[in-house]
Amino acid sequence: MSSLSSIREKIQGGERLNDADALRLFASRNLAEIGELAAVANEHRNGRRVFFNVNRHINYTNICVNRCRFCAFRRDEGEQGSYLLGMAEIRSLAEEAWRLGATEIHMVGGLHPSLPFEAYQEMLRTVKSVSPRLHLKAFTAVEIDHMASVSGLSPQEVFQGLRDAGLDSMPGGGAEIFAPSVRTHLCGDKITGRRWLEIMEIAHGYGLRSNATMLYGHRESHADRVDHLSRLRDLQDRTGGFQAFVALPFQPGNTSLKREGIRETGGVDDLKTIAIARLYLDNFTHIKAYWVMLGERIAQVALTFGANDLDGTVVEEKIGHEAGANSPRGMGRDSILRLIRTAGREPVERDSFYNEVRRP
Amino acid sequence: MNLSPRSDVDQIEAGRPLTRKDALFLFQNAELTTLGRLADGIRRRLHPEDLVTFVVDRNVNYTNVCVSRCRFCAFYRDQGAPDAYVLTMEEILRKVGELADQGGTQLLMQGGLHPGLGIEYFEDLFSEIKVHYPGIHIHSLSPAEVRHIADVSGITVAGALRRLHRAGLDSLPGGGAEILVDRMRNEISPRKIGWKGWSEVMLEAARQGLRTTATMMFGCGERPEDIVEHLFRVREIQNDGGSFTAFIPWSYQPGNTELGGTAATGVEYLKILALSRMVLDNITNIQASWVTQGAKLAQAALFFGANDMGGTMLEENVVAAAGCTFRMSRKEMVEIIEAAGFCAAQRTTAYNLVEHQ
Repeated sequence: MSSLSSIREKIQGGERLNDADALRLFASRNLAEIGELAAVANEHRNGRRVFFNVNRHINYTNICVNRCRFCAFRRDEGEQGSYLLGMAEIRSLAEEAWRLGATEIHMVGGLHPSLPFEAYQEMLRTVKSVSPRLHLKAFTAVEIDHMASVSGLSPQEVFQGLRDAGLDSMPGGGAEIFAPSVRTHLCGDKITGRRWLEIMEIAHGYGLRSNATMLYGHRESHADRVDHLSRLRDLQDRTGGFQAFVALPFQPGNTSLKREGIRETGGVDDLKTIAIARLYLDNFTHIKAYWVMLGERIAQVALTFGANDLDGTVVEEKIGHEAGANSPRGMGRDSILRLIRTAGREPVERDSFYNEVRRP
Repeated sequence: MNLSPRSDVDQIEAGRPLTRKDALFLFQNAELTTLGRLADGIRRRLHPEDLVTFVVDRNVNYTNVCVSRCRFCAFYRDQGAPDAYVLTMEEILRKVGELADQGGTQLLMQGGLHPGLGIEYFEDLFSEIKVHYPGIHIHSLSPAEVRHIADVSGITVAGALRRLHRAGLDSLPGGGAEILVDRMRNEISPRKIGWKGWSEVMLEAARQGLRTTATMMFGCGERPEDIVEHLFRVREIQNDGGSFTAFIPWSYQPGNTELGGTAATGVEYLKILALSRMVLDNITNIQASWVTQGAKLAQAALFFGANDMGGTMLEENVVAAAGCTFRMSRKEMVEIIEAAGFCAAQRTTAYNLVEHQ
């Protein structure tokens, strides 16, 4: 009946999609049908449950030696508006989060030119001193590589030092898009896609779990997106260390890419990308609809397009909002529950390893 | 691997017209994406050319004074309130002039039910607009206003419509339908005309050769049964001689209102939109509501049954008063439509395409 019937058969038979299938899905205009397939694929793995967590973001610095064109958050050292949080500030943010019932701190920052490795360890210890039960999901692969080069340590030694200080898992940022031609234009100072994957492989080998992201909606082609997903799927086949995949739509506000004429992604592209990720990444259990970047409305609809995680309460999001994201900076538990329920799904609060959190 | 309810879905896909029972069952049980797939199939059948249209229009609210005092409304004021207003003829003409200058074709003029504005005010207004801007289509006055104007002037609805039509009124917008179930109307807008009153004005307008549209405002505590009843009443009015060119569902915006509450979510909106496309097989066009849903969701709506993006709305006051202030330029409108893979075209109120040089 439709041009997607061979893909439908593969999904129903549990067969892996190939790159050509993914490209056909991107070219297809049967949006709802793609969503329907992805919802079925998700329901096989995760049932009707949709996860969220109670977390807080802490961005320890916006000082960054990289000058990525998609970023509106970074500042030079000494530039007006640049900051580096002191330990007292980090502690008080973590304390506030703990009081609000957070189970996780998500901590990432810019690539500070001179911060010694011990400072990162101290940040982790500071958060953990508030409560050892606060899960610390911190530092992207890009920051790990930067710490290694500033300190002269190997990535393995960096991980060892961070684990000792309390690191529990890693977020998936900094992946952007792996395709070298686009990546060079977008963020030429940043580690290559190959290096990002290498650092993640080391992390996974070290027993650290992480997420994986893809930044889309700038200059990449559909083939670049499929290439990106394919590399993630290959690594996941080897390590199994990725927990969730997060597709991040580029936010054009206040960035140099906007001046190049790149616009905000459309809702159609957002939903299609999430659904295709669900269908293609058959070795990822969780697909996250990150409401901060998608907006609450599309993120909620994405729960019917194969996503099974709405991320968390966040409390104070900075990076997307500097780039003009028009979602709120944080979301209350009640709003999250309502979005999940009115999408016809069952909300489940999770910890950072996707175990259910039961509150009295 | 059941995309339940399989047998019903198959029959509906094969073209069986929906009953109230089918519609309620689908609304309560079908997955959003299943509804979307079915609605998209109908949209493709009705609009195989893959064209998505929009109108360049302006909402002018001639007064915010309203005796109806609906509990869901953040726009109305009592007469004598410090910020109550009635626009002068000069102000309205200036606004219409700006619309014409920007290539606009449609004037959507609606206002409160002002106790002192009778038929002559509107006759003067419309004929004056037509003198200065004969190319502007006057798509104005919802059924509640027509009924009110007739009452203020002591004439019948038919008489009022005849005089307004003669003075320049071209078509009637479908506002004030809210939910066409009187139990709901009694709760949220007890002083507004009932569903039969709304229907009578629309049928009379159609008899006089005026085109009309129909809307639905959901998300203010109605039951799924009420939504289904609304859709079927609209379908039946159309079958009884209605002249609806389009159906426009949109969600109640709770900011600054007496009724309060929270706005309906994106999933709820898309479900209702898709169901509308499925039930209203006798109405050609379904409009997406970017004003209440934002650009991203309105674009997705084009795959859930909508084939029209409504107006660019150079001015909008009523939804904005309730805290919902999405904006959209003509350029952005075209970009959003084209990015979804459709051809974008500016249309008139009668759904004819506007030629551009």
